[in-house]
Amino acid sequence: MKQAISINVNGVDHTSEVEPRVLLVHYLRDVLGLTGTHVGCETSICGACTILIDGQAVKSCTMFAVQADGSNITTIEGLAANGNLHPVQEGFWECHGLQCGYCTPGMILTSTQIIDRNPNASREEIRRGLEGNLCRCTGYQHIVEAVEYAAKKASA
Amino acid sequence: MIPAAFDYVRANTLDEALNLLAQNEEAKILAGGHSLIPAMKLRLTQPSLLVDLGRIKDLSYIREENGQIRIGAMTTHYQIESSDLLQNVCPLLPECASHIGDMQVRNKGTIGGSLAHSDPAGDWPAAIIALNAELVAISKSGERTIAANNFFVDLLTTALEPGEILREIRVNKTNGRTGHAYVKMPHPASGFAVVGVAANLSFNGGRECKAASIGVTGVSSKAYRASAVETALTGAELNDSTIDSAAAHATDGIDINGDVFASDEFRRHLAAVYTRRAIAAASERAK
Amino acid sequence: MAKYIGKRIKRTEDPRLIKGLAHYVDDIDLPGTLHVAFVRSMYAHARITGIDTAEAMKAPGVVAVYTGKDIATKIGPVPCAAALPDLKVPDYRVLATDKVLFVGHPIAAVVATDKYTARDAVEYLYPGVYLEELPAVVHVIDGVPTSPVIHEHFGDNIAYKLTSGEGDIDAAMKAADRIVTQKMIHQRLAPIAMEPRGVLARYFPGEEELTVWSSTQIPHLLRTQLALMIGIPENKLRVITPEVGGGFGSKLNVYAEEALLGWISMQLGKPVKWIESRRENMQATIHGRAQVGTVEVGVKNDGTITGLRYNVVADLGAYHQLLTPAIPTLTGLMLSGAYKIPAIQMNVTGVFTNKMSTDAYRGAGRPEATYVVERVMDVIARELNLDPVEVRRKNFPKASEFPFHTATGLDYDSGNYDGALDKALDLSGYQKLREEQKKARDNGKLIGIGLSSYVEICALGPSQAMPAGGWESATVRIEPTGKVTILTGTSPHGQGQETSFAQIAADELGVDLNDVTVIHGDTGVVQYGIGTFGSRATAVGGTAVLIAIQKLKEKAAKIAAHMMQCDASRLSFEAGCYTREEAAAAAATGKSEPVVPVGEAPGGALNEVPTPTNGRTKLTIQEIALAAHIAKEIPPDTEPGLSATYFFEPKNFTFPFGTHICVVEIDKDTGETKIIKYVAVDDCGKVINPLLVDGQVHGGIVQSIGQALYEEVIYDDQGQLVTGELMDYAVPKAAQIPWFETDRTETPSPVNPLGVKGVGEAGTIGATPAIVNAVVDALAPYGVKHLDMPMRPEKIWKIIHA
Repeated sequence: MKQAISINVNGVDHTSEVEPRVLLVHYLRDVLGLTGTHVGCETSICGACTILIDGQAVKSCTMFAVQADGSNITTIEGLAANGNLHPVQEGFWECHGLQCGYCTPGMILTSTQIIDRNPNASREEIRRGLEGNLCRCTGYQHIVEAVEYAAKKASA
Repeated sequence: MIPAAFDYVRANTLDEALNLLAQNEEAKILAGGHSLIPAMKLRLTQPSLLVDLGRIKDLSYIREENGQIRIGAMTTHYQIESSDLLQNVCPLLPECASHIGDMQVRNKGTIGGSLAHSDPAGDWPAAIIALNAELVAISKSGERTIAANNFFVDLLTTALEPGEILREIRVNKTNGRTGHAYVKMPHPASGFAVVGVAANLSFNGGRECKAASIGVTGVSSKAYRASAVETALTGAELNDSTIDSAAAHATDGIDINGDVFASDEFRRHLAAVYTRRAIAAASERAK
Repeated sequence: MAKYIGKRIKRTEDPRLIKGLAHYVDDIDLPGTLHVAFVRSMYAHARITGIDTAEAMKAPGVVAVYTGKDIATKIGPVPCAAALPDLKVPDYRVLATDKVLFVGHPIAAVVATDKYTARDAVEYLYPGVYLEELPAVVHVIDGVPTSPVIHEHFGDNIAYKLTSGEGDIDAAMKAADRIVTQKMIHQRLAPIAMEPRGVLARYFPGEEELTVWSSTQIPHLLRTQLALMIGIPENKLRVITPEVGGGFGSKLNVYAEEALLGWISMQLGKPVKWIESRRENMQATIHGRAQVGTVEVGVKNDGTITGLRYNVVADLGAYHQLLTPAIPTLTGLMLSGAYKIPAIQMNVTGVFTNKMSTDAYRGAGRPEATYVVERVMDVIARELNLDPVEVRRKNFPKASEFPFHTATGLDYDSGNYDGALDKALDLSGYQKLREEQKKARDNGKLIGIGLSSYVEICALGPSQAMPAGGWESATVRIEPTGKVTILTGTSPHGQGQETSFAQIAADELGVDLNDVTVIHGDTGVVQYGIGTFGSRATAVGGTAVLIAIQKLKEKAAKIAAHMMQCDASRLSFEAGCYTREEAAAAAATGKSEPVVPVGEAPGGALNEVPTPTNGRTKLTIQEIALAAHIAKEIPPDTEPGLSATYFFEPKNFTFPFGTHICVVEIDKDTGETKIIKYVAVDDCGKVINPLLVDGQVHGGIVQSIGQALYEEVIYDDQGQLVTGELMDYAVPKAAQIPWFETDRTETPSPVNPLGVKGVGEAGTIGATPAIVNAVVDALAPYGVKHLDMPMRPEKIWKIIHA
């Protein structure tokens, strides 16, 4: 039986009727058309589906949309404020932190949480923070540099 | 991967959740969902009803009460990992939490959900056993307390009865000189424990071990207490050689799992190595 | 001249990607789309005794169910483009008809109104699929399995046997002081592009046109093959490759699902979509490597190699995908490595097994060759008690010996192997590392140092050496407003050619980088091309861009000369401007001439009358573009417009090279390997964008680390896929990876005017043996001379605790 949910995504309120089994990632992509959140593994390993729910980075493929009722969500599309890139987005661009771009939205949102929690994170801490996000292209080094760039920029 | 259809109710109170459970034998409790939802997506489990505990007030807390630490079942791994209180009074819990999955998983997954799932390679069971925790289960007929030791029954099976919900985890505050440690070899893909060992030691004067409590996960079909290790440690003066010989008993009497990553023979060896490391680290930390 | 080439230019494709606004296949939403899900075999080998679709058809929302029998005569077989003598090519139908031959083999396709319903319908259909399980052929570790025979009519499981190489191998072996022999396993790997495959197909019944969006590396080749499979005229079929989330060779193919989706859309007259799940990706997207071989090397006591023989069994899987049988032949080509080896022979046996096909995974046959050669160099060093560096150096061709002919039949274009080796030794502090290693060993620590001096073959390639064209195409246009459009036949999916090709164009045309747009991956828009694989895009496709620009400039010069009323030979071109020579000379002597601002786009709309050029001595190429389109001021024998197309046919491959050095520490208790230092010196010829080269190298090394330490596609004895998800198959994570120190030497390639060689696969080719050599070196105190990958802790522990 479908259920009514209200979710604020990127500052916009949405009210929908969804089947309980609809995964949050599918709700964002298929119902709201926010296709920047990707599905990479479906077993909660790769992190391509990472979004922020009430400020917490979570994997939206391992959550039902009904669980997110009443919450505030930020997806990659909502990260740039007033058209200005978030420092992490800037870092990924400056440091060549992406190639095919598929893991990138999840990587970026996870990275925002890493530097929010620890603006002085060491390279090792950044790498540990990225454990829930797989990238097959970059070899991670440029991503680590992108996060460092963003941390510096954010605290400047 | 798409789960089979189900009904969903978000319980507002524990009573409501218990009533729903009592009415529907096929209902399952949804906590953080990080064990249940992957299983549902693989259609390994197809519950007809999910009862979501996510919005029940006062199931998510860390507090001190009556000389005990009490943790609500819906407390997330991250809340435990980042708790200053626990860092002071029971650092084993934050240490164990920091080893679970990854940052996103820790943000959403809960201690109660993880324990009730009883994954043989989960991290919490080792720590919970080592801390001699009590698990508070509630049902329509009231509450009962289950010792950690008796909680893990078998592969994905706990002592929780149908209609029961894990409500709280209680850990006695330790007195005197104690040392804790959780060490682990993570599976390179899943991050689950190939072997994980939690040690909780208390000391008399010097390096004489007054009591030892060792929980082991990843090795068998359920987490277990390494009793033979504890016996060997208790009353012993801890040094490399006593630690080594105690740790050698890590898998005494245990049926060991083997898989493509680590055979039973290798796991037996790893269990001893990580037990030794856990004891050494705990002993080092005891102040 | 070079304002952009050689600079660390950040990518122009990034803004859409970092904002989440790019479109991968699954992001394209067409109204009324139906969704397809597959029933796939759960057995490695079974006979299909019946399929009852009634239950599934009854389910609400199910539109159609197709089985192999329904479509056997409607869709042609999955193609194999590899041509080898006496190659057995099984009939590979898009859905299984009589037997299923691997876990994940598609049996039936369900079409439903949404993906949830389609997935449910698969559940309803499963009980109606009757399979009789047969014994499976799984392992090739002990040679060619003889029973059962997978394709009965072939009589055995051997797909082909091939011998390659030059020189008198028997004489070469006789001339040696000793023969060094080593068996090696190249385990099966899964490419794991982060975006799984996906197809969206839409048929327009009125126009009789079919558009297929597919996550592929080869849009045009796919179009040709799909046209043949489905039986639609190729000029009525359009393949669009939207954003592609990684390929690594796994999307250099033509898959059953691509044809089937196109065909279903034609049957139903509606758009249909299928997005591969990760499980399907593990089961039914090509795998890589999977060779078991024994190398024999004849060697003199001073380390000089006299000959090399490699006998190898290649586990091909159940069918041939596009290039399956050809991959081991690439191994044969590269068996000379970076060395002068007078005689080389490879004897390969390609074997059918009840598994997914192997095919091109990043490196495609060359990592196997490099691994064999670089691994055995260390075995030789050990047997002769020489430093691994010395054995390598002894056998290098000198820089003066290029072009260098190998006994595998190749002509290496250019190289300075000593140079790269020296730089890597320097950068790593090799001598000091050896001293530290000795100290560490004395303290009971297991430290190992491994190196690999690789050569690879890139810029695939001359058409004579390729199954279906080795050239690449480019069209370059300057639009009336001065904007530059490049249409490339390559199909970048992360490599960054939207940026690097724009760099080439911006420098050549003297325009701003942001005035250049690179379009790719749409057969309705772009001239025929070959695609992106084999580190070819820049060396072949970039050269096509360069030469097309040169053609365009010839025409622009003609128009400029006409406009400035002089002979084209009197014009000079600099910074985007044609200047009449006497004007240039006058300017140099300080005489004032009317000057037009350089690089400014011509302003104004087309209906504005252009400024008469009478008397002008300087015109920007963008002004000329406008004039060429207005066509009032062009020479009478000249076509209007300003564009040029070039199909570049390379005369040879290119041969990048380098030396990687890896230092590991092994945990004696647990057998875990930790990489504590990694130095890579690569030479990929001229570099267009160092930022992109670094990215390619880093990513490649990490895939090598994956192969060396973690990754393996495991089938059990029944042919069940044990590593069916990313929970089981270990793609390296950030925390498992060390910091890389990278550097380069630069030996331009004479094969193309850009001097570039290619770098897409260098990391996966060069790094694997360096890591394994380091681990084996660390374990030297235990007398180990070889260890097979992946070097999981248990393997190492067993050696230490044997």
